[in-house]
Amino acid sequence: MTKQAFIKAVERERDGGSVLCALQIAQEAYGYINEFAIQTVADVFSVSQSHVYGVATFYHQFTFAKRGKYNIQVCMGTACYVLGAEEIIRAIEDELGIKAGGKTEDGLFSLEHNTRCVGDCSIAPIVIIGDKWLAKTTIRKTLNEIRKIKRQEEVRLP
Amino acid sequence: MNKKKLEQIKEQYKPIIEEKRAKWQEEHDTPFYTRQTRLVLRNVEIIEPTSVHEYIATDGYFGFAKALTMQPQEIIDIVKESGMRGRGGAGFSTGKKWQFVHDAQSETKYIVCNADEGDPGAFMDRAILENDPYSVLESMTIAGYALGAQKGYIYCRAEYPQAVKNCKAAIIAARKNRLLGDNLFGTNFSFNIELRLGAGAFVCGEETALIASIEGKRGEPRPRPPFPAVSGLYGKPTLINNVETLSAIPMIIFEGAERWNKIGSPNNAGTKVFALAGNITNGGLIEVPMGITIKEIIYEIGGGYAEGSKVKAVQAGGPSGGCIPASMFDLPIDFDSLQSVGSILGSGGLVVMCDKVCMIDVAKFFIKFSVDESCGKCVPCRIGNIKLLNILEKITSGRGEESDLCELEKLSKTIIETSLCGLGQSSPNPVLSTLTHFREEYLDHIHNRRCGAGICRELTTYEINEKCIMCTACIKVCPVDAITGELKKPHYLSKEKCIKCNKCVPICPVDAIVRV
Ligand SMILES: Cc1cc2nc3c(=O)[nH]c(=O)nc-3n(C[C@H](O)[C@H](O)[C@H](O)COP(=O)(O)O)c2cc1C
Ligand code: FES
Repeated sequence: MTKQAFIKAVERERDGGSVLCALQIAQEAYGYINEFAIQTVADVFSVSQSHVYGVATFYHQFTFAKRGKYNIQVCMGTACYVLGAEEIIRAIEDELGIKAGGKTEDGLFSLEHNTRCVGDCSIAPIVIIGDKWLAKTTIRKTLNEIRKIKRQEEVRLP
Repeated sequence: MNKKKLEQIKEQYKPIIEEKRAKWQEEHDTPFYTRQTRLVLRNVEIIEPTSVHEYIATDGYFGFAKALTMQPQEIIDIVKESGMRGRGGAGFSTGKKWQFVHDAQSETKYIVCNADEGDPGAFMDRAILENDPYSVLESMTIAGYALGAQKGYIYCRAEYPQAVKNCKAAIIAARKNRLLGDNLFGTNFSFNIELRLGAGAFVCGEETALIASIEGKRGEPRPRPPFPAVSGLYGKPTLINNVETLSAIPMIIFEGAERWNKIGSPNNAGTKVFALAGNITNGGLIEVPMGITIKEIIYEIGGGYAEGSKVKAVQAGGPSGGCIPASMFDLPIDFDSLQSVGSILGSGGLVVMCDKVCMIDVAKFFIKFSVDESCGKCVPCRIGNIKLLNILEKITSGRGEESDLCELEKLSKTIIETSLCGLGQSSPNPVLSTLTHFREEYLDHIHNRRCGAGICRELTTYEINEKCIMCTACIKVCPVDAITGELKKPHYLSKEKCIKCNKCVPICPVDAIVRV
């Protein structure tokens, strides 16, 4: 989205939407909330940047750094937790050498912190890697999927 | 649109729906479905979700057409008579709430549908919005007419992209077919609905926080009174109802209050949708009459426990609820009976837990959730929940003392009594209910430094059992050389050296490494 288009979209939200709606547009357009977005929203709505930042930091949806190419979400809802989501997340942390909330150095994977119930509890536990959903998954299945992606990406490198 | 046109469409599409319904029934001829009473879920998986014609063929918008011929007070009286209690968790009488908003004097009023569905383990609102969005739109329109509102908002979780998509499509189609907009059915009543997305904050399901969030602010709750019915969205009288509550209203208006109040248990009319999950053979959404026993749900509908395990409890009501031990499975499920045993019906999440689940770990899980989701505005909830979490972590890591249990109880009561909103007022429930029903598990952790379920890492040890095929996979992966042995020779695990990092467990091809 160009800067101009973004400013236009935020202006539309001013008339009928809200600061929150404008931030959602930014998250969607850029993949994270950058300084430009905060500044634009503050200017258009005539509020302080700290007000906008305050709204953005309140909600889990907003991130302040780009996610990895493959974002990994381990559902930590009740049903998934009871069926072993915690062990799965620890295994992924070990595999990638990062903590939940982090991103691998090559920018390939990011592991989301505390993903809330994704609404598929009857086929728990659920892990989402990029846009691929793994249902009734296990540590082994999940790690295999991650390794598969790693191999694919290695092939792609020159 | 008008009544005559509705009838024409219904006539035309009815055969299609009947055929689809018959086919669905044929394909779903198992106890899991036949034991249910599907009223709220009546159209789920049957109608094309975004087809307004198919919805009309299931008597859709006939409730609204009927409402337009009635006085607002008559409509409210039907809702009251139906005995409907809010499905969002608190179980407050829907008719009474409608009356409050109706009686509030104001030119401008709002109707808000709470589709934030934050309880981790519940997904009925998602199913309704995805599969039957018009039922919610129609209901909000009826409420708009009855209470004198011109505008409605649906506040939906952003984590439900399909629900958002279908809702959006339904709103557009409803506008096109003049089921939303100005001068509906040729009357002077006008109504519009806008969709707003949540942004991932559990507390925004609380009504005052939800209002702040629709206004685009931080979703922090405020003290009540004034209640939203008096001063809500933009300071105007506002009706806030849950998706499931709303979805049943058109049918009640069209077919009469008996449609609802003939079903259920005393003071708990109607059906309830539950999300059955966890250690159960057949999980999923089920709709059953209020007052059915937990046993019936687990055995007759859910098909019993997952193979090889024994169920020890059911957790109802999510992070605000509590567990019900297996010894109480004869309990009829409704708002009042669950409350009497220290749980709540909540939004209807039912997570079945077998003996491989540690109840203290579960309590810890919910408190962690509340710590994470506390908005931080009031001290008891912000600090108190962290304190609870610290004590629970102390116990699960093997440093617990008996006095900790007293502390947990005392602290829980303080948090419940002094928190600002429903989040803090209910967050200690999982701790209190596990303390009541599973005290011996706490004591086992404290006195014997033992976790019977084998969940708490610090209190379990790793072992290699007879399944081992001596492949050395675990030896290669162990970072501290705690496992010794050679290819095709027995492997040994040294408990002294083991740091319980769990790396070997997923590596083993035959699951021979176990925690005991
Ligand atoms: C922390 C908290 C979270 C809540 N989350 C939800 C929710 O996700 N969905 C919902 O419908 N009600 C939720 N509620 C209840 C609402 O505040 C409100 O009571 C409900 O939407 C009213 O609708 P009803 O009368 O139809 O139940 C929550 C309440 C609290 C205190
Ligand atoms: S708990 Fe993971 S899908 Fe609901």
